[in-house]
Amino acid sequence: MGLEFNDETFRGDYTFRNSAKAIARFPFPFAEDSYMYSVNMEPHLPGRPGSVFEHMFDVDEHYVAEMRDRAQVLAEDPLRCQSLPHMTLAGWDLLELIMESKARDYPQWFSLTKDGNRWHWINRPLQIEQSFTFLDETTLPYGPMEYITRQTQGDFTLQDQRDDNLWIEAGMVTTQADWSLDFDIGMSFHEWHAPVPLAHEMRVFDRALKFLLNLQLGAPVRRFNWTMTVDPLLDTSPENYPKWGPSKTTMTPETIGHRQHLRVELQTLHRLPRSNAIVFPIRCYLIKFEELVTVPKWARRLHRVVRDIPDELATYKGFIRNKPLMLDYLSKYDDGAPTSPGIWPE
Amino acid sequence: MTTSFPPAMRSRPVYGVLTARPGTGHLIVADGEGADAVTDMIAAATDAAAMLARSHIIYVPGPTGTDRAETLRALGAAQFHRSPSFAACLPRLQKVLADAQMGMQIYVAGTEGVIGQVQQQAMLAGLPWQAVQTEHRGSTVRRVQCVHCKGITEAVRTDPFPCSHCGLNLFVRDHYSRRIAAFQGVNIDAEDPGQVPPPVERFA
Repeated sequence: MGLEFNDETFRGDYTFRNSAKAIARFPFPFAEDSYMYSVNMEPHLPGRPGSVFEHMFDVDEHYVAEMRDRAQVLAEDPLRCQSLPHMTLAGWDLLELIMESKARDYPQWFSLTKDGNRWHWINRPLQIEQSFTFLDETTLPYGPMEYITRQTQGDFTLQDQRDDNLWIEAGMVTTQADWSLDFDIGMSFHEWHAPVPLAHEMRVFDRALKFLLNLQLGAPVRRFNWTMTVDPLLDTSPENYPKWGPSKTTMTPETIGHRQHLRVELQTLHRLPRSNAIVFPIRCYLIKFEELVTVPKWARRLHRVVRDIPDELATYKGFIRNKPLMLDYLSKYDDGAPTSPGIWPE
Repeated sequence: MTTSFPPAMRSRPVYGVLTARPGTGHLIVADGEGADAVTDMIAAATDAAAMLARSHIIYVPGPTGTDRAETLRALGAAQFHRSPSFAACLPRLQKVLADAQMGMQIYVAGTEGVIGQVQQQAMLAGLPWQAVQTEHRGSTVRRVQCVHCKGITEAVRTDPFPCSHCGLNLFVRDHYSRRIAAFQGVNIDAEDPGQVPPPVERFA
């Protein structure tokens, strides 16, 4: 097939870059020229061919390098992947969902064959071949959630549903926008969202929880979230904040185009069949400002969003310090022309 | 009086007022001024003598030195234990929770660190944390986990404060983990190393 996997890094020399094809399919998150919190959920249905919505779990040119980065994060800090004891069944549900989706959507790379509970999985890009017994943990080298999420881009959390609430009780979190699974594991829906400003007062989380408690099997939904990241660092964890925090202070007008990245999370939510848990994949996409401005509509719109965002949100998202530098850079690409509705390039 | 806290983020615990409930036994843990919540509860109980005959009281002096052990000892509970620190009473607490029979009531009063750790031990013993009655009394010092090194600093008074394990200067968030029984501490000068604002006594 046409896609090759990049040999690139998300740390150290930061060789990550997007090809022209990856830029064209980047999930630009702003459907209009301004931004405020909203639940903004839509069905996660197969979308435009070639877009990140085409398949249930998008596999792109960064796949192999991202999995290498995840393995490094886990070697340095095993607490990034945790599962409370009662969540193992949800892990199997997730393993099944991912294996079946990838084998169906990318048969050139993934294959799953079943003989009753005897399953055989092939992952060609990562050169993995595994025979195992479904629902028998002793037949895999890791627990089921860890096994499959070491082979799947994006962070994952598993939520148990009980007492009319969702409880975050398992997760693989190595590409996070500054939140700690180790600290949050075991919390209820409102508890783990507690640090988010403004949204509680807007009752965003009340409505989101009500919606999610009724999420149906086979009817996944999706939404975007976004922030800003200096250098293409996937692991912007609170644990490592003293290591990456100083990078924000070293940006200049000369380096901002190359070093400043828009970080977009494609978040999907799926009900799981046996456990009745909800899996929340949080897929991170990075794009350099200099890559993004090659799409004129996106450049104009990002300038307007950053210009008009409330300081409280820019502070929470961690980019208030560099907002003036960003605006200087982006304003050069905003001629004031109107932009068309929706996220797609004009 | 029970402590009233300003509004805070949604993960911050909310405490109640201890009320004697019928039970096959009563495990009562308190530190510092939490002793007053226990004596208030006993005074209001309909049959205090019967309750005390089935009570096990564990008491730890408070982080500011308050020691009301003798007041609690004088209540005449079936079992009374004064422990010099919470850490020292942990094996005893774990044994009592492991031996707990259906219908045992659990009460904890005093500082957030002790309330949180008793709830944590109850959860580890397989009990729902909601089954533990809580009442805050006395000092508002906090138990804070460093999100970087994972070490916990007890009885934090100031914000920011130096982590007692790794030494990083941490600011204290209201974000609270029941599982860890601690607030979250985050490096305050990560972006500008060395630029640490003067500590303010937020918790007394």
